[in-house]
Amino acid sequence: MKNRLRVLRAERGWSQGDLADRLQVSRQSVNAIETGRYDPSLPLAFRIAELFDLRIEDVFTSPSRETEG
Amino acid sequence: MARYQSPAARRYIKSLATLMIAYGFTLFGVGAFFTNHPGVQHPIAYVLGVLPAVPLILVFVAIGRFLQDEPDEYRRLLLTRQALVATGFMLSVATIWGFLENFGLVPHVYAYYGAVLWFGGLGLGSLVNALLEPRASEA
Repeated sequence: MKNRLRVLRAERGWSQGDLADRLQVSRQSVNAIETGRYDPSLPLAFRIAELFDLRIEDVFTSPSRETEG
Repeated sequence: MARYQSPAARRYIKSLATLMIAYGFTLFGVGAFFTNHPGVQHPIAYVLGVLPAVPLILVFVAIGRFLQDEPDEYRRLLLTRQALVATGFMLSVATIWGFLENFGLVPHVYAYYGAVLWFGGLGLGSLVNALLEPRASEA
C-alpha cells in the first residue's frame, strides 16, 4: 500500500530507527511499511497516523484510489 | 541507535539458548545411561528415553509463546512464514523419504529426525524471508 511515511518522517528529521522507537516496533517493520512491502494492521495504522497527528487516509493511499489522480 | 527488541523477543532468545543447553546436557546424560545399561526395559528407562525430546518440544512452545506475545506484527509475520517453510520442508522430505524407504531404496531413519529437519527448515525459511524482504538501506 502506498503511503507518505518517508516524506512525513523526513519532514520531522526522523530516521527509520527514530520512527521505529516512537512506534515501539522494529526498524525492519518501518522499512517494510514505508516501502509498501507490508500493510500494517488497522491498530498500527492508527498509531502511525496519530503519531503524525493525521488521519489514516492522510498517511496511506487507499489501494482502490491508487490509480486515480 | 540500538535496535529495538521487545521483551518477548528477548525472552524468546533467552529461552532458545537455555533449551539448547538443556538439550545438550540431557542428550549426553541419557546417552551415557543407555550406553552403560544396554537393553534396559525398566519403566524409568522410558521416562529417561523421552527426556531429550522435552527441551525440543519446549522450543516449539517457546516459538508459539513468542508469536503470541511479540507486539511487532511484522516480526510475527516473518517468524510465521519461517515456520511454515520449515513445516513444508520437513513434511516434504519426510514424505519423499517415506516412499523411498517403502520401496527399499533408502535405509530407515529415526522419526526424531523430523525435528532436526524442521529446525533446518527454519534456516531455509530465514533464507526465504531474506529473499522476499530485502532490507533496503535507510533513507
